[in-house]
Amino acid sequence: MTLTAKDVAEISRLLEDSSFDELILELDGLKLTLRRSGASAMSGSSPSSTTSAPEIAATARSDAAPVLAPASAATQNVTAPLLGTFYRAPKPGASPFVEAGSAVEEDTIIGIIEVMKLMNTVRAGLRGTVIDILAKDGSLVEYGETLIRVRKATQA
Amino acid sequence: MTIRRLLIANRGEIATRIIRTCRRLGIETVLAASAADRDSLPARLADRTLCIGPSRASESYLNVGAIVHAAVAVDADAIHPGYGFLSERPVLAKACEEQGVIFIGPTPAQIECAGDKLRARAHAEAAGVPVIPGGAVGSAADGIAVARRIGLPVLVKAVGGGGGRGMKRVERIEELPGAIQLAESEAGAAFGDARIYIERFVTGGRHVEVQVLGDGRGGVVHLGERDCSIQRRYQKLIEETPAPRLSHPFRQRLHEAAVRFAAAMSYRGAGTVEFLVDPNCDGFYFLEMNARIQVEHPVTEAVTGVDLIAEQIAIAAGRGLRLGQAAICPRGSAIECRVNAEDPARDFQPSPGRVSAVRWPAGDGIRVDTHIESGAWVSPFYDSLMAKIIAHGEGREAALERMWQAIAAARIQGVASNLALHSTVLASREFQEGGVDTGFLVRLLERAPMLVEARLG
Repeated sequence: MTLTAKDVAEISRLLEDSSFDELILELDGLKLTLRRSGASAMSGSSPSSTTSAPEIAATARSDAAPVLAPASAATQNVTAPLLGTFYRAPKPGASPFVEAGSAVEEDTIIGIIEVMKLMNTVRAGLRGTVIDILAKDGSLVEYGETLIRVRKATQA
Repeated sequence: MTIRRLLIANRGEIATRIIRTCRRLGIETVLAASAADRDSLPARLADRTLCIGPSRASESYLNVGAIVHAAVAVDADAIHPGYGFLSERPVLAKACEEQGVIFIGPTPAQIECAGDKLRARAHAEAAGVPVIPGGAVGSAADGIAVARRIGLPVLVKAVGGGGGRGMKRVERIEELPGAIQLAESEAGAAFGDARIYIERFVTGGRHVEVQVLGDGRGGVVHLGERDCSIQRRYQKLIEETPAPRLSHPFRQRLHEAAVRFAAAMSYRGAGTVEFLVDPNCDGFYFLEMNARIQVEHPVTEAVTGVDLIAEQIAIAAGRGLRLGQAAICPRGSAIECRVNAEDPARDFQPSPGRVSAVRWPAGDGIRVDTHIESGAWVSPFYDSLMAKIIAHGEGREAALERMWQAIAAARIQGVASNLALHSTVLASREFQEGGVDTGFLVRLLERAPMLVEARLG
């Protein structure tokens, strides 16, 4: 049997939502290893079974959902940790938390997601430079939707 | 007001079912889906899908904030909660009221009343609907007094429970104090409500429920009854309407009791009043009210021709009852088999995974409500219901024959299913004769395990 990109995306989502750190799936002629902590941990035991990186983005079908390009190791997507209204600035008229080109640290606030009047701060979660901001100010973002893209700082 | 856009706060077959009616009515649908369901059939059928949270239901389908926020943000006029999840939690209905979104269902107060099994019991008594002998229990001494009065065996039940959850059967009086203590602590942990009550355990009873629709102003009609006695651990497997082997006057008394119960609280929307029918004394007792659409609603739709989801939406939109009692004329018999991804040969263990290939039956008098197509995933995060097969015929025998053919024609590969178990039940003489009690399925499983294991191929 073969796995489609969609299957892999589905499996990685299941892993993501589970309490496990690693998932090894062996099907005839194919071995799929998914590990929680980043770097490409996927190996195909036969040449025909190579698949793309684990961060493979599901092609959401609804017109509102963003179509994401798979992030590479150097570029990372910062995604919405919950559904809500995304704000780029602490209050209307104020300057945005980050712009394209801004340097960010793990704990740098990149925006706010409001859910039923509750404000949730969203942090970058990694060190690097903001490439671009995909989510519009004041727009509804889904769980998992890419808010900004960050070029990862090379380790010193 | 008119409902133009509706947010569905549910998943699986019921989400697909709600979308179908909305399409017919020209209502736009927005599906609030978890990450696991982003590519599900309802997600593809809905006009728009929003991912409201991760796969775990506590963070998605039970996340009131995300659901109501999504509804307001997409300018949805109403939320349909389906069944399970938040459908019977007053908190969603309340949040909808606060945000000016129509909740398709009863009022928060009615949900609370139906959810509090003691209040529902008292309500039934006040409406002149018989209840099983029993009562509230605040201590072990109370419990012993109640048990002495009503006779053993008894069931210790959680006030916040329902649907068979949080129940203990006690045979001997000396076991009662321990059972009460355990039930209280379990109920507190499971339902956030440690209150319990005791009812006499009725053996050999049948589970018969009555479908009602209320306009919220005291107007109530019934759409006949459903016999749901084929169950295991309080999980229904097969349902049918009309309930076999009930006399016409008895059936009428049952319908009238359900209408009285719902009318007394000015019930709004679709609801089901469940009864325990005691075949020995030809009596019935109120069990509980389910303040939502039921899984097994399609059998009622098959015989009455009424689209219950459409009626729910009409009532929610303030259009009241569009059908008088005289206009509801059930025709023929209908039966439903719940096809689950579980393995009866392995103690009904759930069997999540990818459904590599599936073929659902089709034909005259056959309806299949499902979200499972070839290639779909049965997620380990939610219940294992894959499809409901509904067969309708001029009489019970015709409906059973159609169901037999339909089950034989169904093919499911990649996950285990209970199709063979359905065949076993359909082939049993007791079931064919009709009117079996709720213990029937367990007895059948003990008697014929080899039949259950026999695969249909």
